[in-house]
Amino acid sequence: MTANDGGRIPVASDQDVVRVRQLVRTVAVAVKLSLVDQTKVVTAASELARNTLVYGGGGTVEVSRADNGRRAGVRIVFTDQGPGIADIDLAFTDGYTSGGGLGLGLSGARRLVDEFDIDTAVGQGTTITVTKWCR
Amino acid sequence: MERVPVLKIGDILLVSIQIDMEDQVALQLQEDLADRIVATGCHGVIIDISALDIVDSFVGRTLATIASISRVLDAETVVVGMRPAVAITLVELGLSLPGIRTALNVELGMEMLRRPPGDDLAFADDDPAAVP
Repeated sequence: MTANDGGRIPVASDQDVVRVRQLVRTVAVAVKLSLVDQTKVVTAASELARNTLVYGGGGTVEVSRADNGRRAGVRIVFTDQGPGIADIDLAFTDGYTSGGGLGLGLSGARRLVDEFDIDTAVGQGTTITVTKWCR
Repeated sequence: MERVPVLKIGDILLVSIQIDMEDQVALQLQEDLADRIVATGCHGVIIDISALDIVDSFVGRTLATIASISRVLDAETVVVGMRPAVAITLVELGLSLPGIRTALNVELGMEMLRRPPGDDLAFADDDPAAVP
């Protein structure tokens, strides 16, 4: 498997967030997303990888090619074993933050991708899966 | 850790971000710029982001903080060179960078810094084709 097909990156530091951005960009280019869509999915990945690091206490990010038979795309799964999210609606409110951020990471990232799934439970960690499809 | 160089040109400090910055590098730049503004007495800061292929909320917030810090230290900040795809993504993300002055390139940024703040529309008034 080459970087064009994706891969798995442990996220434990700032540098790992940079690695996630670079891998997502590589796969987005390989599946031929438009420049604007590449920019959107890399930005969303940066927000979510930082959440995995800061709020989840670290975790893993898995980047892969997606294909639904009609279109190609990029799929990214962010997993952490952190505290989980108690109030999802609140966490998705623009401007709400439980840390020191701007409160745009989660809600903003959701606007930048085509599909967004979140699986979280208090004390069990959080898994977020996003997909961006070629137009 | 890498560091973003800060160059002094006359009364202006010029920063051209050429790397995909880790969060710590962005915070270091914030400190370096504050130090250099005080050490040099410069009244203008230009931050060139034309090499950045994304600006996420962390970098966006850092740019806004740099602009606020420099204002308190009697310097104006202009962010220049934002790519179109970055602008589209930033707005959709929810960041419109209020309080940050922008220009399309370094040259226009320098021109903006030579005019007093609030005078950005000076040229539009002279345009005879402008619809009232």
